[in-house]
Amino acid sequence: MSQQLTAPVMPPQAPAKRTSLFSLDNRYIAPAFITCILLAGHLSFGILESYQKTLLAIVTAIAFELVLGRIFFHKWLHPASAYISGISVGILVRSPAFWPYALCAAISITSKYVLRVKDRHIWNPSNFGISAMLFLAPETVATLSIQWGNYLWPMIVIWILGSVIIARLHRFHITGIYVASFLAFAFLRSWMTGSPWQSEVAPITGPMYQLFIFFMITDPKTTVRSKRGQCIVVFLVALLEMVLRLRQIVYAPFYALFIVGPAAMLIEIWLDTRRANSARVAAAA
Amino acid sequence: MKGSRIARVLLAIFFVGLLAVPIVVKRLSARRAGDKSIVDASTALARHGFYLQEVSHAAGINFVHQAPVLDPKLDRIMPEVASMGASVSIVDFDRDGWPDIYVTNSAIGSKNALYRNMGDGTFKDVAEELGIADVNQAGTGVSTGAVWGDYDNDGYEDLFLIKWGRPELYHNDHGHGFRRVSDQAGLPPWINANSAIWFDYDGDGLLDLFVAGYYAEDIDLWHLNTTRIMPDSFEYAKNGGRKYLFHNLGNGKFKDVSEKLGIESHRWTLAAAAADLRGSGHPDLFVANDYGVSELYFNDGKRFREVGLQTGVGFAPKSGMNAAFGDILNQGRYAVYVSNISEDGILIQGNNLWMPKAGTAGDAIQYENLARDFGVELGGWSFGAQFGDLNNDGTLDLYLANGYISLDRNRSYWYDFSKVAGGNSTIIGDAKNWPAFEGRSLSGYQTKRVWLNDGAGKFIDVAQAVGVSDTYDGRSVALADLWNRGVLDVVVANQKGPLLVYKNTVTPANEWMELELEGTASNRSAIGAQVTLFWNGQKQVQEVSGGSGFAAQNDRRLHFGFGQNPRVEKAIIRWPSGKLQTIDQPATRQLHKIKEPA
Repeated sequence: MSQQLTAPVMPPQAPAKRTSLFSLDNRYIAPAFITCILLAGHLSFGILESYQKTLLAIVTAIAFELVLGRIFFHKWLHPASAYISGISVGILVRSPAFWPYALCAAISITSKYVLRVKDRHIWNPSNFGISAMLFLAPETVATLSIQWGNYLWPMIVIWILGSVIIARLHRFHITGIYVASFLAFAFLRSWMTGSPWQSEVAPITGPMYQLFIFFMITDPKTTVRSKRGQCIVVFLVALLEMVLRLRQIVYAPFYALFIVGPAAMLIEIWLDTRRANSARVAAAA
Repeated sequence: MKGSRIARVLLAIFFVGLLAVPIVVKRLSARRAGDKSIVDASTALARHGFYLQEVSHAAGINFVHQAPVLDPKLDRIMPEVASMGASVSIVDFDRDGWPDIYVTNSAIGSKNALYRNMGDGTFKDVAEELGIADVNQAGTGVSTGAVWGDYDNDGYEDLFLIKWGRPELYHNDHGHGFRRVSDQAGLPPWINANSAIWFDYDGDGLLDLFVAGYYAEDIDLWHLNTTRIMPDSFEYAKNGGRKYLFHNLGNGKFKDVSEKLGIESHRWTLAAAAADLRGSGHPDLFVANDYGVSELYFNDGKRFREVGLQTGVGFAPKSGMNAAFGDILNQGRYAVYVSNISEDGILIQGNNLWMPKAGTAGDAIQYENLARDFGVELGGWSFGAQFGDLNNDGTLDLYLANGYISLDRNRSYWYDFSKVAGGNSTIIGDAKNWPAFEGRSLSGYQTKRVWLNDGAGKFIDVAQAVGVSDTYDGRSVALADLWNRGVLDVVVANQKGPLLVYKNTVTPANEWMELELEGTASNRSAIGAQVTLFWNGQKQVQEVSGGSGFAAQNDRRLHFGFGQNPRVEKAIIRWPSGKLQTIDQPATRQLHKIKEPA
């Protein structure tokens, strides 16, 4: 899930000291939103298997961010980003054991510092961490999207809050394109496989999917920059997810983003480099 | 990004190390998992102190369970909705001193079987001649379980037949036949239940009956008006069947007092068991629910209080399919074992071993799930389980049946299952929205677990090593000393599979004792009587049960193992009436028949 919704921080308005006390800094919006989701889900449904496991994921993520940030950026990084990664792991990972929560959080944060191209990390951290855990520890970890109940009202709350927040961050088009694509592909799958369309649409009605569409695929740091590019990429995520679903892969959305996201990033980096080189050559000429 | 090249290299190495952790953990876990080797009987005996041999055919038992075929509207997911019904219960119905076996069948027109123990190593099905075979007739539903209890204290165990359909009570006419008394008893016309237990909740000396619905009771699964019969949530469903607590009025009649006494749940119950968990003298009621949290009802003899959240057992929703009690650490307190679903990479609920927290007791008792620590967490799609000392070493072991639907080995329904399970209630709740099964398996062909207790907090799986290698879709497990040899044999009912009888051979050096209790002021079945045995400075508590596990009932006789050369100090019996009886230095290697003192 995005730990970088917090990244495009608006520059503080110097004279508005009084106002800033009452206006929510962008970097706090996503952590506040995801915390609200967690609390609402837990207090109403008891979604957490234990407070300790979620806390372990959060503490691990923040600790890794602080230490690695200190080593590689020579400063104490703001913990909001790591907090989101940690809480995402705490929500999405389901395991009876404690260690997967700590390990997944550690892998997620460390991946940001290791898997870099041209000084940009190319995988959404928690997408990488969760995908790695599902691949490497399937006997211990799962994320089947059932822990939020199957009722509508929690999702309505998430849809409204999520839409408002994503719109405020100018990224609603990503979510919108994905949802539209998913639904179109769901009907296509239903037609192809003969499964009831309701069963193909079912996953996106689950609350876990809301976290995927509002947080993970909209991560500014691991999506391409242009609006058009973002739309194309998220469509391709939905397309690959459909292909994986036809192969009956349970974690299709995670794996689709895991593959398409970095590929898009690499293409963008390659294009940027080529443009920069061309500009340099032109300037030299 | 700053940082030296060396720091980056070290970080990369560290990152690879992180990714390697699951592989290392997996290898370590595999080493600790237990003895997977297949060895001969003598090696198993030397290594683990026992081995099990499947002898059903040799014993004259050739029972194969038939699943129900429900309304055609459910055809697309018939394997799933018709996935339960196989059950086994142990009873000495004719009081000849040899435990008999009753098994249920679940197809319309199929017949249940009562295997009379002939005492010579063989069994003979006498259900037909005694009137409890042809109980799955069209229009009356089918059997899903059976529990035995002497409700009228005439000395013979009566039969309550659990059904998806018309529940039935059969009076045992002194072992010579069974008489249907459901109508006189005042039972409701239809309950879709998988679980029931006999217990005397109010201590009046008369056995009461708890019946827990699974599907809602207004659903006739053979004549559906709607396909909206499925749970409305995978983890928070409350549209299941209601619960019934039938108070025994003593004149052959029962009165439902569930709501009056505080039991109003509509969760999807698959298992229930009762035991005095607090030392209050009253049996508390543990209810394991599919699609939701477990429930624990404290009983003060007059009213029930649901304390699942308070005690910790009702916090995380899973797919509860079993409830069994066992004093696994020989500390005089019960652990509760609840089975759930674990499927690699898809759904890892893990089974629950609820252990009483140190320092908590009485009304303030709290439980923590230590299944992982004890090594009994992962058992596949787990169903029935029972505690029993299989090798007579003085600690309770655990036998677990598992496996859900075994059809095509190469095609799985899991993807479609997970797709729908995550959906909104309007989708999951309607059977027509579920993708067709098309012959696929769902957690099928699973190997069973026979977890051997080391007495120090660890169980190891020795199933393969001691001869349990079947992969049928196991449902119900019952333990009994079938041949009066001082060992616990295992009987397993499999869905759409054969009834298996595992004959146990135990190293003779380990000593044992069995107790057959008969109440006088208490109910005559002595259900709820608690025996604490003290030996070699340790103690173990067991309770006569009116049903436990999944759709199962062990032999009412209590079986204790002691290991080698024990110094047995005493047995303290606390009868349901409250009377305490102490037996000093009871002899080992024998069955003690004890009547409640006046």
